Amino acid sequence: MALSATDRALVRALWKKLGNNVGVYATEALERTFLAFPSTKTYFPHFDLRPGSAQVKAHGQKVADALTLAVDHLDDLPGALSALSDLHARELRVDPANFQLLGQCLLVTLARHFPGDFSPALHASLDKFLSHAISALASKYR
Amino acid sequence: MVHFTAEEKSTILSLWGKVNVEEAGGEALGRLLVVYPWTQRFFDSFGNLSSASAIMGNPKVKAHGKKVLTSFGEAVKNMDNLKPAFAKLSELHCDKLHVDPENFKLLGNVMVIILATHFGKEFTPDVQAAWQKLVSGVATALAHKYH
Repeated sequence: MALSATDRALVRALWKKLGNNVGVYATEALERTFLAFPSTKTYFPHFDLRPGSAQVKAHGQKVADALTLAVDHLDDLPGALSALSDLHARELRVDPANFQLLGQCLLVTLARHFPGDFSPALHASLDKFLSHAISALASKYR
Repeated sequence: MVHFTAEEKSTILSLWGKVNVEEAGGEALGRLLVVYPWTQRFFDSFGNLSSASAIMGNPKVKAHGKKVLTSFGEAVKNMDNLKPAFAKLSELHCDKLHVDPENFKLLGNVMVIILATHFGKEFTPDVQAAWQKLVSGVATALAHKYH
């Protein structure tokens, strides 16, 4: 299930289109995650989770930067995400099941904003990419 | 049993009223088969599934997709009684079709994504949340009679 040349091309092309707005979409994805999957809020008791929260926006940007890092290193996701994996495993201790919930909301956000681009092929490639990124993020857990 | 607020019900009903069941059904099933190719295991008799365009254009996929989504319409009519409403279908999927319930979750998530592409701005976080609840409820109801 490695990322094919087509997967990489499609993901990169979409990311180019997102430009400087990755943070906006990642923030929306986070908001969606908290609403659709309330158990995810348990990791943010110290956050104001109301719509428009500056903390959620800042966190969205962090997530966006990590995703962009991943897109820039599609040939070595485990390497690129190693430090983040350590962080999530040792300090944050987020159950990896939650990454998939955020993944779903990211797909929904992108599908909603880019319906014309969101072909079945792009949908498949993005889902694969997120799945690999999630694996890499969970790789240091134990 | 999953409980829907009055607001969630009206959100779901209002969107459902605008869904073209035939088109959306074909698209949902098609995307399931494209994005999660192992799900093709249930459809050996469907003919050409060799590429994304073959799958999306396959008439058997479209027809079956319509069937599946029409059945989903029952969920929308029975939000307070999902388990009884899907009892017979649950038995069918277990005893005759032998479908791993994990697939219901995959299809549910694909459906939500399709709604997002179709309804854009209207598909706010609140609307998505209501629909995630519904697809999750349906997945659970369909798995309920498994043994």
